[in-house]
Amino acid sequence: MRHVDEYRDAGKARALAASIASLCEPGREYTFMEVCGGHTHTIYKHGIEDYLPDNVTLVHGPGCPVCVIPMGRVDDAIHIARRPDVILATFGDMMRVPGGHGSFFDAKAAGADVRMVYSPLDALRIAERNPGRRVVFMAIGFETTAPSTAMTVLRARAAGLDNFSVFANHVTIIPAIKAILDSPDLRLDGFLGPGHVSAVIGCRPYEFIARDHRKPIVVAGFEPLDILRSVHMLLVQLREGRCEVENQYGRVVPWDGNAKALQAINETMELRPYFEWRGLGFISHSALRVRDGYAAHDAERIFDVPGVRVADPKACQCGEVLKGVLKPWECKVFGTACTPETPIGTCMVSSEGACAAYYNFGRFTRDRVREATR
Amino acid sequence: MCLGIPGEVVEIQSDRPDLARVDVSGVRRSINIGLLEDGPPAPGDWVLIHVGFALSKIDESEARAALEFLESIGQAYADEIDALRESRID
Amino acid sequence: MTGAGLNGNGMDEGVRTAGWAEAAVAEHAHAAPVSREEQVLERIDRARRRKPRVREEAITLAHGSGGKATRTLIEAVFLEEFGNPLLDRLDDSARFAVDGARLAFTTDSSVVAPLFFPGGDIGDLAVNGTVNDLAVSGATPLYLSAGFILEEGFPVADLRRITASMRRAAEAAGVSIVTGDTKVVERGKADGCYISTSGVGAVRRAPSGSVRPGDAVLVTGPIGEHGITIMLARGDLDLEADLASDTAALNGLIAALMDACGGEVRRMRDATRGGVATVLNEVAGEHGVAIVVDEDAVPVHPAVRGASELLGIDPMYVACEGRAVVVVSGGAAGTALAALRAHPLGAGAAVIGHVKDDPPGLVLLRTAFGGTRIVDLMVGDPLPRIC
Repeated sequence: MRHVDEYRDAGKARALAASIASLCEPGREYTFMEVCGGHTHTIYKHGIEDYLPDNVTLVHGPGCPVCVIPMGRVDDAIHIARRPDVILATFGDMMRVPGGHGSFFDAKAAGADVRMVYSPLDALRIAERNPGRRVVFMAIGFETTAPSTAMTVLRARAAGLDNFSVFANHVTIIPAIKAILDSPDLRLDGFLGPGHVSAVIGCRPYEFIARDHRKPIVVAGFEPLDILRSVHMLLVQLREGRCEVENQYGRVVPWDGNAKALQAINETMELRPYFEWRGLGFISHSALRVRDGYAAHDAERIFDVPGVRVADPKACQCGEVLKGVLKPWECKVFGTACTPETPIGTCMVSSEGACAAYYNFGRFTRDRVREATR
Repeated sequence: MCLGIPGEVVEIQSDRPDLARVDVSGVRRSINIGLLEDGPPAPGDWVLIHVGFALSKIDESEARAALEFLESIGQAYADEIDALRESRID
Repeated sequence: MTGAGLNGNGMDEGVRTAGWAEAAVAEHAHAAPVSREEQVLERIDRARRRKPRVREEAITLAHGSGGKATRTLIEAVFLEEFGNPLLDRLDDSARFAVDGARLAFTTDSSVVAPLFFPGGDIGDLAVNGTVNDLAVSGATPLYLSAGFILEEGFPVADLRRITASMRRAAEAAGVSIVTGDTKVVERGKADGCYISTSGVGAVRRAPSGSVRPGDAVLVTGPIGEHGITIMLARGDLDLEADLASDTAALNGLIAALMDACGGEVRRMRDATRGGVATVLNEVAGEHGVAIVVDEDAVPVHPAVRGASELLGIDPMYVACEGRAVVVVSGGAAGTALAALRAHPLGAGAAVIGHVKDDPPGLVLLRTAFGGTRIVDLMVGDPLPRIC
């Protein structure tokens, strides 16, 4: 596959790893956060940590849109889905995520019409084909996905499909990064920036990280060599005493982002005053809702929802894991009460969460595996 | 996580100018190209696909530059390993 | 609400808790906190070995996926009631002797939407699934039963098409369908047509059944083609590819393998639901060994790879209907591979990995990128992971 296989070459990885090792000062610890869950997934799926020296640690950040949706929002969506006149459509990622009373799969088993779609446009097509039903798209995702929802709302308006609405749970990445940077117990040396979010918002919104917080950030692609190269670029910055926003993923990310995509979001959606992130709590201006002008396509206005907050169990230490204070396996409930089958907290909810990635892909001690795979 | 996969544009659909036929390793789908800046892509262009939309056109010169760096660092490493081997033989 | 607070910053009004999550925490509260990674992993291992329990109040699709949920259902419900030495092995067939004759016996139900798809239909699956379960047990498949559950209104022409496929598949496999049953349910109570097949075979030469460190692991062909073909054929993903189901009867291929190196064959499994990853996990778990797989060596059709990348799923978990996983002694790997490749259904066979002693019960993957990770059992079906 072009633009994929070139970035999965083991020979080049060895060369890059040697260069990374030579950039690390002995005795110094380097801790970088990859903000995006897609990066977390790539890191585990390809075993990238095998190429990093022991004093370079990757902390898996909050950028998994499925993981950060609070249980109460899932309950609200399921409440809507239970109505006999409703077809609820969402991405496969959401199907197993539990709310306070089960997941979409459970709701489906209990008779709700819940459908998995690949694109919000597929949900719109369901609305077109079922004029007698109300089709609600459970929209999730960062700025990467919000433009697709926006374009779908615009198309629904243009086509007069009044039976189509969006239950908007789109979140924005910058306030979450700010929340993490403002956390007192945080110790990070730099960030891998979310590549696909940046294809929409560009690289400028990260400038405060370098300017105000004196941390380097490299916007990174999603193939394993992209990740290694981005770690390399962070280490070069640290070695040279620089703190800048750099773009490793220039083949996809324009420095100024995608104005057309931002325009589509801005036309149809606006910032909420605040939104709850599972594991991080309430964060100001960190999510999007449908604008007044598109109220006819806003499920939150069309349907009454309970809107009750569901707290994570106190034993859950996702907040600490998300900030890199704890390793996944250091959490009290990791792997026993909290597993991918019964995810108690945000980090276990999707395979992009730090805990689920570790549980599914990395649940071993490195030396035993090195011995076995030698 | 924002899964984005590169695909090659194989056809712009004349009856639906907002759609392009895109190929990913032998799998084809119609992809909405309404979010692309600088006009529609041409057959042979590569785009990044996310939830049925093309999010950006893949910049070939940027891709080449990134690969050239990886090649150069790979070459430097190979030279170093060779030098190491030779020094051992001596 | 100004600033970006972390955790519990006063917005607790009207908060409730999730009963199921609190209960799960309480249930494990006795587990003493440990800090060292190894201890944690051992604690998890113990938790995983505990008697499985079905937590759900109702059956969900995950219970039919072949992954962890299926396993839990089988152990906690079916084995709980039916358990006996033959069933407890949970092998593809039960093997036993009757009047001195060694027999293998198995059953399989086919439910698939759509009923007709590129490369086959539900009739092919029904025959081949049962034939393959017998073949991987080292038996020559002989006689099949066929039970039909039909929905009121189902077109007779479609039924004829399915029975014609079954006849052709049975002929190709050298078996006869010798008994059957038909039930019709009201419209809306079934999805067109379900078929249940059982089969008996004569055990010719069974695999040794002991998997040891040093053994080689093979697959008989490219993986995941059936599962991806079905996903695409459903049409709701709007994806197109030149792909066909791999459904096939493997008894001829396996007979050729047994002729070439029967004494060296340790274990064979039919890789259906849950894909090759699930079978490897079951083998590693049952035999208390580690299986190390080379990602580069696993044969995958380019379109299966393309669809998997687009949907964010791993072909290792995607169903096959005409592929087996074969474990042979390390020394016989070359002979086994040559025997498989000499047969048309094994042309794409490959040695994908090896058996090690540690860590027991785990499947490890040496990634094409040169890293390592584990390949765990999945909870349910592979779901698209896209947003």
